[in-house]
Parts: sequence; structure tokens; C-alpha cells
Amino acid sequence: MKKLKVATASLAGCFGCHMSLLDIDERLFTLLEKVELDRSPLTDFKQFGPCDLGLVEGGLCNAENVEVLRELRRHCKVLVAVGACAINGGLPAQRNHLDVRECLTSVYGRTVPDDPELPLPLDRVHAINDVVKVDYFLPGCPPSAEALWHFLDDFLNGRTPHLGHGLISYD
Amino acid sequence: MTEAQPATRRVAIDPLTRVEGHGKITLRLGEDGKVLQARLHIVEFRGFERFIQGRPYWEVPVMVQRLCGICPVSHHLAASKALDVVLGATPTPTANAVRRLMHYGQILQSHALHFFHLASPDLLFGFDSEAGRRNLQAVAAEYPELARQGVLLRRFGQEVIRITAGKRVHGTGSLPGGVNKAVTAADRDALAAALPEVLGWAREGVALVKRLHRERWELYESFGSAESGLLSLVGRDGRLELYDGVLRARSAHGALLLDGVDPARYREHFAEEVKPWSYMKFPYLTALGPERGTYKVGPLARLQNCDFIHTPLAEAERVEFREAHHGELTHAPLAYHWARLVELLHAAEVVGELLAAPELLGSELLARGERTGEGVGVIEAPRGTLIHHYRVGADDLVTSCNLIVSTTHNNQAMNDAVAQVARRYLDGVEPTEPLLNHLEVAIRAFDPCLSCATHALGKMPLEVVVVDAGGAEVGRAEKRGG
Ligand code: SF4
Repeated sequence: MKKLKVATASLAGCFGCHMSLLDIDERLFTLLEKVELDRSPLTDFKQFGPCDLGLVEGGLCNAENVEVLRELRRHCKVLVAVGACAINGGLPAQRNHLDVRECLTSVYGRTVPDDPELPLPLDRVHAINDVVKVDYFLPGCPPSAEALWHFLDDFLNGRTPHLGHGLISYD
Repeated sequence: MTEAQPATRRVAIDPLTRVEGHGKITLRLGEDGKVLQARLHIVEFRGFERFIQGRPYWEVPVMVQRLCGICPVSHHLAASKALDVVLGATPTPTANAVRRLMHYGQILQSHALHFFHLASPDLLFGFDSEAGRRNLQAVAAEYPELARQGVLLRRFGQEVIRITAGKRVHGTGSLPGGVNKAVTAADRDALAAALPEVLGWAREGVALVKRLHRERWELYESFGSAESGLLSLVGRDGRLELYDGVLRARSAHGALLLDGVDPARYREHFAEEVKPWSYMKFPYLTALGPERGTYKVGPLARLQNCDFIHTPLAEAERVEFREAHHGELTHAPLAYHWARLVELLHAAEVVGELLAAPELLGSELLARGERTGEGVGVIEAPRGTLIHHYRVGADDLVTSCNLIVSTTHNNQAMNDAVAQVARRYLDGVEPTEPLLNHLEVAIRAFDPCLSCATHALGKMPLEVVVVDAGGAEVGRAEKRGG
């Protein structure tokens, strides 16, 4: 059987959604038999290739997040917003009621880092579906390992992913 | 700035992979291919400290753990400890036991994750192995038993967290004044039953990393090595202590610079610089200044800073580590892996001790006291010393929040390591992908948590250095904290 290609990305998130994915524990090995990881924080590929599935953790807080998200969308057939941050900005979006400049100067004083190597911060933290089409939303902060596993198992076996009540939580 | 140096060539490793969070490395090469500059940039800004102001204090331990999904427990507990002080509450023996158990579970899972899931491919396959092979998938294919043990070690640590905090990632178990969840005898027995196997895997892990290090001693001891001081908490009796203790700092050659310092007084001893090319600040010991006052934190600092480890298996490993280095301090980033695995073993031993302690199952979970307005909480997170500092008004709302996260302390050390490796491997040669991976190997050894690192404070003495494109200093300004 041909392995499905899966990419994962962490944008303005905390990595907790990736941790929850690893929390499927030994089932990780079953997963790795069925999929081939593409670009992901867990591999050393720096570019996305054509993928069957893209999992996105985190919202958009700077120009680079937007670029990575668009790249991923271009390369994958199905895109999933994983967790509160990707779905609605999550906790980092708490900065949306503040002025970014004021926020930066309160932290860095007069010399706010501004090297061309640093991507420009956005004035607000955005959900990923403000910018690209999203096929599935998996709520939770993070979604539980059970929910992620259930979703992946359905997807990899060609079923329309369906999470029962017990697997959906908003925290 | 960059236009001013047309003859240089920029090479970037972007994004850094197999590390937590977002960062990149850039190199500037001269016409002759000489490395003129090598930098680690932290590219994200999130501003937690700012938006925590104005929130009710009891939300804080749950909010701040969203700084980091790999070590949420560290932030959860450092905030709880700081807010214990604000409440004037001394946690009960049961609350302390539950929190400690949560913390050592977290050290165990985070260290396992870093070594087995993220860093091991570099050490097992070689720094210049093919990019497509450098990941957990290949480790699982070629070393299935090792990969399995890594996953199970991490699972155990995560289960300890679930049982004490309610959830594996972002639980709610600790709160200002204590904890809200008792551990049941059934939970304790289930963990205790799994422990012998966990200890066995932890010992195998130490044996593996030691063997890898000893087989390539010259390389491992010199790769990216740069001298600096060391900083960590230690117990009052000098033991390795990760939950609560006093601050100790040593010079690069081992002389004590600070000892027995009450963590609440951290601001008297540290200051930090901002550099315009990174959102992560550069802290240093105030007494020594920004040039000589930089230091490392984390497993390598802790193992060499303490006088002893109170658990027998890890203590034997510590002694062996020190003897292998003839009692001298090592500054080799790759020695972090060895130290980290010794700590993983120690964490498993401490979990065993706590499971056997009668107070763990007690029912006195919360304490009260006389309100104060301010509190500092310091903990040794998996990656090093973590400082949380809050002021809370009479209306229960947070008026100020300072965080110094572990990875920030290592900023200079990581930049030094990158610069050293770049000069050694990339000077005058074509920067191929496998060679560039060497720079990432050096960074990974520190186990940086770059999401945490996007937080720094505005209340400490702050020094700003402005440099021109060639790195020469053109201005300097200082702002004293309030
Ligand atoms: S949804 Fe929660 S766990 Fe996931 S990245 Fe955001 S803060 Fe972290």
C-alpha cells in the first residue's frame, strides 16, 4: 500500500497540539507505518512536497506564519486546523486588544528588534481560516490524543472523519 | 544594513527543525567564503507578560502554561509558587508532594522526548547523514526497540502528569495555595507497578548516550564548546534539586560566583541586553557584565553545579561523568545529552520516592495565609532555571508580570556554539546541507524551547547595544528597571 504523505506545521502555537499527537504513544508506530512524514517540526525537510494531509497548529502572528500556511495549503489536499490557536487564535490572540507597538516597546524599551531577518508581526493574531480554506477543525487546547487518533484512523482508512461527542472538548 | 555589505553572501537555515518553537540560523560569508557572522535568531514575539496584566491572579497558572506545550508543567508550577507567596500561603505536605510528582514526571517526559524523538537521529546516524533519514521515523525503522523505549518513557512521564494535573497537556492541577486534585491509591499503585521497567529503560538510555560520547570523545568534547559560567538552583545542602532551592552560579572554571541566593532576589544579580536581530534577550550576571557574565543553564549546568545527587543510581552516574572529565567542568554542548539522560534517570528515582511517601495520598490540599502584593517563583524546568514574578493588586488583578524562561539564559551560549561550529566546518567551504546540519546539531543539544524564549521582561535593568553591519558597536544605552 502506498503511504500517505502528511505534513505538520506549528505556527503561533505552543507545540502542545504536536505533543498531543505524540500522546497517541505506541500507536505512533502504527501511524508511521501508514504515513510518510513530509515537512514537520519532527523532520528535517525545510520545504513542503505534495501531501495528502496537512495538520496545522497555531494561529497567525507574523508574516512568516502566513507564508508557511499558504505554502502548506498549496501542497496538501486536505488541511486540518488543529486546536484552539489555529481555529480562533487561542491564547496568543489575547494580545489583540493591545497595540502591538506598545506591547513591543513595553518589553524591549527603545530598541525593538527590527532586523530584516525578523518577520513582521501582524497587528492582530488571526485564525488560519481567515487566510486559507480549512477542511476540518479539531477543537481543544490541545485536542486529546484520542481525538487526534480517531481522526487520523478514519482519514487513513478512507472514512469520512467523525468524532463522537466524548472526543470533542473546548478548553 | 545588509546593503552596506554587497560582497557578502547570506546562508540561512530556516526553519530550524527538531527543536521546539520557531527560529533560524543565518550566516554571512565573505567573498572568500570565510564565515563573517553566525547568528541564531528567535523570530516570534507573543507578549504574554503584557497581556497577563489585568487578569485575575487565579487564571495565571492555567494561562501561562500555553507558553509551551512541551514543558507546560514548569510554567504552571512556577506561577503557582509565585502566587503562593502572593497569597502568603505555605502549601501543605500533600500539595508539595503532588506538585513535585507532577514536576519530576514532566522532567522525565520532556527529557525522553528531546533525546528519543528529536535529537537521537543526529547521534545515531551521524551529523551529516541524509536529511530524509534524520527523524523518528528512521529511528523506529532501524532501532525499533530504542524507539519503543523512548515512546514508553515519555508515556510514563505524561501519565504522571495526567494523574497529578488532570490532563497530559495543559492540566489544571496546581493553583495558588496548593493543588485541587488528590492522588488516589489506585493511581499510585498503577504508577508504582510500571516503575521498575521505567528505571530499566532509563538506565539503558544513559548507557547508550555514554557509549556514543565515549566512542567519539574528541569530537563530542570539542564540538561547539565555548566557556561560560553555569547557573542553577541547588538544594540548601548543595544537592541536585529541581523543584525548589537556592540560586548558585559558577565561573567557567568552577569558582563559586553566587551561592545560597534566595531566588526572590534574582533581580539583584541579573541584567540583560537586547540585540536588534533577535526577539530573545541576552542575560548576564550583573557583577561580571555582558562580556564575561554569560552562563549556561539546564542539565549540563545542573549536573556540574550541584555537590551531589541524593538518589543512588543517578549519583553513581554523576560521579562517573565528573571522573570522565577529570573533575574539570566541560562546556561541550553534546555533553548536555549525557547530563540530560542522567537527570531522566534521577527523575524516575524521585518519582519512585514520592510514590512511596505517605503524604502523597493526604487530603489537605489547599492552604491560606496573609496576602502580600508580590511573589517570585523559581523552578528548574527541563531546560533550566525558570523565573516567574508577579505583582497583584488588592482587586486580585495582576499588575505586573516578569518571566525569564530557561532558554533565554542559554542565548549567548547557543550563539557561541553556532559561531564555533560555523568557523570549524564552514570556513571557506561550500555550505552543503549536511554541513549546515552541524549547526543545528549544536543548537539541538541545548534542547532550546524557542516558543518560551519569545518572552522576556521589561522590568530588569536593560541594556541596548547597537552594532553596525560588521558587528562593531556604535551605541549603547541603559534603562534601569522599576
Ligand atoms: S491550541 Fe492549546 S495546545 Fe494547541 S498550540 Fe494552542 S495553546 Fe498550544
